[in-house]
Parts: sequence; C-alpha cells; structure tokens
Amino acid sequence: MKKCRRCSKPATLHITEIHDSTVQKIHLCENCASEYLETSAPPDEDEMEALLEEAGLGDLGDEQDELTCPNCGITYREFRKQGRLGCPHDYVVFKERLIPLLENIHESTHHAGKFPKRAPDASHKQYELIKMRNDLRIAVEKEDYEAAAKLRDDIRQLEEQQSE
Amino acid sequence: MQTGCEWLRGTGPDAEIVVSSRIRLARNLAQFPFISRADEPTRNDLEKLLYEKLQNLSAGPRLSYFDVRNLSDLDRQFLMERQLISKELADGEGARGVAVDQGQSVSVMINEEDHLRMQVVRSGFSLDECWKDIDQLDDDIEEDVTYAFGEDLGYLTACPTNVGTGIRVSVMLHLPALHMTKEIQKVLGALQKISLAVRGLYGEGSSASGQFFQVSNQITLGQSEQQIIDKLHEVVPNIISYERRVREALLKDNRAKLHDQISRATGILQKAQTISSEETMDLLSSVRLGVSLGMLDDLDLLSVNELFIHTQPAHLQKIRGETLDSGERNAARAAYLRSRLAEA
Ligand SMILES: [Zn+2]
Ligand SMILES: [Zn+2]
Repeated sequence: MKKCRRCSKPATLHITEIHDSTVQKIHLCENCASEYLETSAPPDEDEMEALLEEAGLGDLGDEQDELTCPNCGITYREFRKQGRLGCPHDYVVFKERLIPLLENIHESTHHAGKFPKRAPDASHKQYELIKMRNDLRIAVEKEDYEAAAKLRDDIRQLEEQQSE
Repeated sequence: MQTGCEWLRGTGPDAEIVVSSRIRLARNLAQFPFISRADEPTRNDLEKLLYEKLQNLSAGPRLSYFDVRNLSDLDRQFLMERQLISKELADGEGARGVAVDQGQSVSVMINEEDHLRMQVVRSGFSLDECWKDIDQLDDDIEEDVTYAFGEDLGYLTACPTNVGTGIRVSVMLHLPALHMTKEIQKVLGALQKISLAVRGLYGEGSSASGQFFQVSNQITLGQSEQQIIDKLHEVVPNIISYERRVREALLKDNRAKLHDQISRATGILQKAQTISSEETMDLLSSVRLGVSLGMLDDLDLLSVNELFIHTQPAHLQKIRGETLDSGERNAARAAYLRSRLAEA
C-alpha cells in the first residue's frame, strides 16, 4: 500500500493534479487529503518557496533579506520562509519584491474588483496601531511594564478615535 | 448541528451533476497585524471585536458562534467534515472560531489565515446566488470595520496568492460517466489552459466510481469578482452537457452493465458488515449515478449526499455517541449504511 505524501500513514485517497497537461498523482491519507482539497487551502511552505523561486525571489543575500517592516517588524527573510506576510503595510515595504511575484501568480498587478464603501484612510493611519501593538509585544517581552501600560492606554485611545 | 445542511439538499440547477457551489472571501482589518504576526492578546482582541460585529449585523442571517479554541477534537473534526471550518482553523492556535447560520450555508471563520474568511455554499450550480449573499454579508460586516485595502492591490491578504478580490469561487462536480469513459482527461486539460484549478478525488482501486472534481479560480488579482464567476459560468455548463451526453451514450450502449454496477454497489452498501470510508465513497458514487439516472427509485439525491458526510469518522462517532477506533468505525459505518439503505 502506498504511503501518504505528507505524513507516513497509509494513503487512501489519490488525487489527480493536472498542470499544463502533465498529470500527476498525489497519494494522501484521509486527513491530509481533506486538508489538501479545501479550496481555501493555502500553498504550503514548499509551494510558496517554489513560487518565489520562479519569480526570481529566492535567496537574495543578506542585505535584501534584512529589509524590515517598521510596523509589524517582519523581515523579508521571515516572509520568504513562512510565505505569509506580517501586516497590510508589508505590501508597501516589500513592493519591489512582491510585484514580480504577483505578476507570476496572477498575471496582473492591479485590482479590478470590488472597492470597500469606507475607503481606508489614505495616510495609512490605521497602520500606526499595528506598530503600537508590536511595540507593546516587545515591551511585555522585555518586562518593561511602565512602557507597556502607556502603550495600552495609547492603543485604546487611538482605537476610540478611529471608531468615531 | 446534527440536522439540516441546506447545501446537501440535492436541489438547485443541475444538482445531479453539480453537488455544490461555493464562494469564499478573505478579509483583514486594517489596524491589526496579520494572524501569523499576531500575539495572544492581539488575537483575543480580534476575536472579541469580530465576534461582536457578527452578532450585531444590521441585516443578513442570524449566526451561531462556535469557539473553536475550546471545542473537543471530535467537534472540530465534525465541523471540518461539514466543510464549515478548514483544517487550518481546526489545527490552529489561540483565539479563533466560526459563525454559522441555521441552514449551514453561511460560515465566517475568525482568525484563520486571514482575520476573516467568509463563505456561502449552495446546492447545485448557483454561483450568482452565492455571490449575491456573500457580497451583501461583506458589506454588512464592513459597516463599522475598516478593511485592509490598497488602491492598487485591492483587499490585502496574508498570502499574496489571495490578494485583490480575495475570492475563491468553486464548484464540486460529480462526473462518473466522463471518468468511466476516460473522456475526463480532455476536460481537465482544457480547464488548465484557462487557469482554472481542477482537483479530482477518487478512492483506491476504483475502476469506475467515486468521481468528484472541484473546479475553482486561481487568479484573484486583475479580474473583477463578476469576471471570475463568469469564467466558471462559461466553462461549467460545457462540462455538464458533456457528462450528460456520455451518460446517455452509456445508457444506450451499455445499459445492462451500468445497471449491474449500480445494483452491486447498492447491494454491498446494504449488506456489508464492515467497510472503509474509501470503499464507501466509491460505492456511493455509483449509487449517486443510479439515482440521477432514475435507476434507484427509493433513494433521492439528498439522502445520498448526506451519506457521504454522515459516514465520515466524526459524524459516525457523534451518531453513536462514543469514541471509536478505525476498526470500530468501519463496523459502525456498515451498520449505519445498512440502516439507512434498508428500504432502497
Ligand atoms: Zn497523511
Ligand atoms: Zn508589516
């Protein structure tokens, strides 16, 4: 009996994946198959890595890898490793890297669909809260309770302002 | 929760071939980091805020909330088998949950890969209705939250594969005749060329059954929601009529053989003392074909659709009210099938 590609349980389901008319059979156990078949299933880390490689965005060397989002603190290297961004502002910070990736995935870099009724603040004021939350997390980690308390107050205040 | 799953009804346009239509949207709030960067207090804040929002929607369905963090493994698996939550949400960590409407056609996951993953499912080929409902739900939720959105890139998502519309449109097709005759390869190849994703699912050793295929969009950026839906509207009817033509040809040329296969499948399901979920799926697929062709008068699509879900592990254990190992489940599955199919 074949073994599941993702874990080592016996494979009970066999999925046909067709890419550019080459047929690939993937053997999976029941559990992994239900995960795999979900339409919402995100690419796993390996698949994301492959997408980045394809777009010429694999390992870009230390300097480029250290590019950091000032709001959530994620580095490009961390994004490359986990395939998930840290906050909405990363689309601005990593823009140059992301454009070729988006072209590869979507063959486009411009939204053509729905617009929210409440257009977000053009000054990206909301992203301040992301930065403050990140600062708060760091303050708590450092056990700097005074700074943490102040940040908590500031966050609450800004949240109230924005919800008005 | 045990009862009525509307999308299993087996009604709606072309329901004998299109099992279900589904649209999901991914959304994030502008003032929070994405989930992978959200620490515990942030996840708690997010859940609380979104939970309250969902309880107080100005319009739309009433939603019941399931706190997935505090559910048992069995309950999580149960929700997964119902396709109300993803495996990612089931296996996730920290504050997270799902809000579900009474008919289980609307579900909104909180703190999955994105802050919000909402979906609408309908029986049959009903993408327009799905879109109408989810578009409205999206507007309702947005009334007093600010989504992460960029003029250029649209709705901003944790994974760049979803950015733009954040939409995934999919239909689940039952195509036993195309599979039996191997015509399916042509269909699948053609779909790939127009960048629709296709996944087929079948059990081991099946010569002729269990044939379900899911067709969905891959691209979320650069096309409008309507354009993405229209693409499926263009393609899926061709697949449906192709499947119908092949079914007719099989009936004309191989009626006896087809009837034999369907009767045997029904016979095994009515008599087996122990049966795996894989074999069950294979055989139920034949039974489903038999119902669609009018060869099995005492069964309807609803019952067969339900059997696919109810014979899965968590459902069996819920029905029996006890934890079962895999051998016990196979026996329980057979017993359940015997009782449900006794009359057919
Ligand atoms: Zn597995
Ligand atoms: Zn960031």
